[in-house]
Amino acid sequence: MENADLKLDGNAAAGELREIFGAEMTIVRATCGSCGAVREMGALSVYLHAPGTVFRCPGCDAVLVRIVRAEERLWLDPSGVSCLELRTGA
Amino acid sequence: MARAAVLGRLNWLLAELVELVPETPRVKSLVLAAPGWPGHRPGQHVDVRLTAEDGYQAQRSYSIATPPDGERVVLTVERLEDGEVSPFLVDELLVGDRIELRGPIGGYFVWDGADRAPLHLVAGGSGIVPLMAMLRHRAGLGSAGPAALVYSARTEGELIYREELDRLAADDGALRIAYTLTRERPPGWTGYDRRIDPGMLGEVLGGADPNATAFVCGPTRFVEVAADALVGLGYEPGRVRTERFGPSGR
Amino acid sequence: MDHVTRGFRGRRDTERSDRIPPGQYETRDFPVLSAGPTPHTPLETWTFTISEGGEERARWTWDEFQALPSETITKDIHCVTKWSKLDTAWEGVSVDTLLDGIETDAAYVMAWSDGGYTTNLPLEDVTDGKAWVAHGYDDEPLDPEHGGPARLLVPHLYFWKSAKWVRGLRLMEEDEPGFWESLGYHLYGDPWREQRYWGD
Repeated sequence: MENADLKLDGNAAAGELREIFGAEMTIVRATCGSCGAVREMGALSVYLHAPGTVFRCPGCDAVLVRIVRAEERLWLDPSGVSCLELRTGA
Repeated sequence: MARAAVLGRLNWLLAELVELVPETPRVKSLVLAAPGWPGHRPGQHVDVRLTAEDGYQAQRSYSIATPPDGERVVLTVERLEDGEVSPFLVDELLVGDRIELRGPIGGYFVWDGADRAPLHLVAGGSGIVPLMAMLRHRAGLGSAGPAALVYSARTEGELIYREELDRLAADDGALRIAYTLTRERPPGWTGYDRRIDPGMLGEVLGGADPNATAFVCGPTRFVEVAADALVGLGYEPGRVRTERFGPSGR
Repeated sequence: MDHVTRGFRGRRDTERSDRIPPGQYETRDFPVLSAGPTPHTPLETWTFTISEGGEERARWTWDEFQALPSETITKDIHCVTKWSKLDTAWEGVSVDTLLDGIETDAAYVMAWSDGGYTTNLPLEDVTDGKAWVAHGYDDEPLDPEHGGPARLLVPHLYFWKSAKWVRGLRLMEEDEPGFWESLGYHLYGDPWREQRYWGD
């Protein structure tokens, strides 16, 4: 199985993000702390087939967000993102 | 226009299989009735969760094949060679069985047709499923802008929804559909016969339209080739939305 | 319990054996798990280094590494994502060979890989025949998808400790969490005590 096949779009982790944040996160715009590129989270590269979920910048491959889930706990490291932009009005 | 942000946590719902529709030798559509279904937008998906008697669970995501229709949710599932979940859904599930699903999920890969901007679709294999929800929704709207689809499959028999797609195109002058078969063509085939490339996409979609939104769905490598081709043709990267299906076997 | 799906069993073998640690299921295939793109370091530039305090203590090029004594090892492996695979056959250089002649007071190592992955281990868990740098699997050179050209192999701990695409070991006096250990995964990771996460 080609490793290229393991890379998905952020959209594939949409359910997980919904569960954590209680809101649709794929349309939130994230700035890569490494290269400055801004993209909707649904457009980030996501690796789901790992001990955790890893979001990477499609441009520079930097790790943006990591999520690990245990039975009743969850760890989230958003430190690769330097800022998030959300829409608040209709 | 519907708010893009949908609030609230998702709960697992029990949906009942009311009909099984064979589409191709490896593909079936599961027509589900999901009491409490909150509605969805074309392009969204659900998570399906199966639980064995000893508590073992497996979960997978499947695109919804139909536009919003009350509590009716249709999933079109391809049986993957080494799959753990898809062979069960396609071969073992019986009408009357219930499965857990959660959704709708995804705000990024959706199309509501609220404006009349051109809709450009590129599908590889079972990547046609969420795009079919969009085309079915568009047909129901009656007054949408132009649309075009390039659909790549290995053989004619693997084209899902073939008759319905041909009918949609025949009934609507503003919808253009082109198929390309990459492995084997039937005698007399007049469609394309190669992997998608910028030339083919340019011919069918009519060149990069700054107002068009493009949706590409299929196996990861197919999506990368198609997305790169669209950007190469002049589509703005932000207007090319992709949904990679990941490995075609596990 | 959640709704049981009639007729669903899943891929695994439900025969419990005393070779399968608690909470695990046996698999016959070899799942590929990855947190990022597969690196493709050319063998001409590949090196393996042992360092301590920022100073290099030993280094091998690919050719030098291939010239080291190598052995065939057959072991059971256990991934924290719950699959276990029995009798996996590897070809590799014992970490004891790589550490031979290196005097150190360090009690821990950080294995680091191409692509940025890291994982920490006690030094005593990679010595005395417990760990290898593996370059072959099932009689073939190790596939990039499974960590080739070389990966760390530490079968007695959860498999996230067997760092793919490994390029070196950093000797450390104090323990420090690696990539997954800094985000909830257990610092040690003994599958027989089910040490998957912090506090387990």
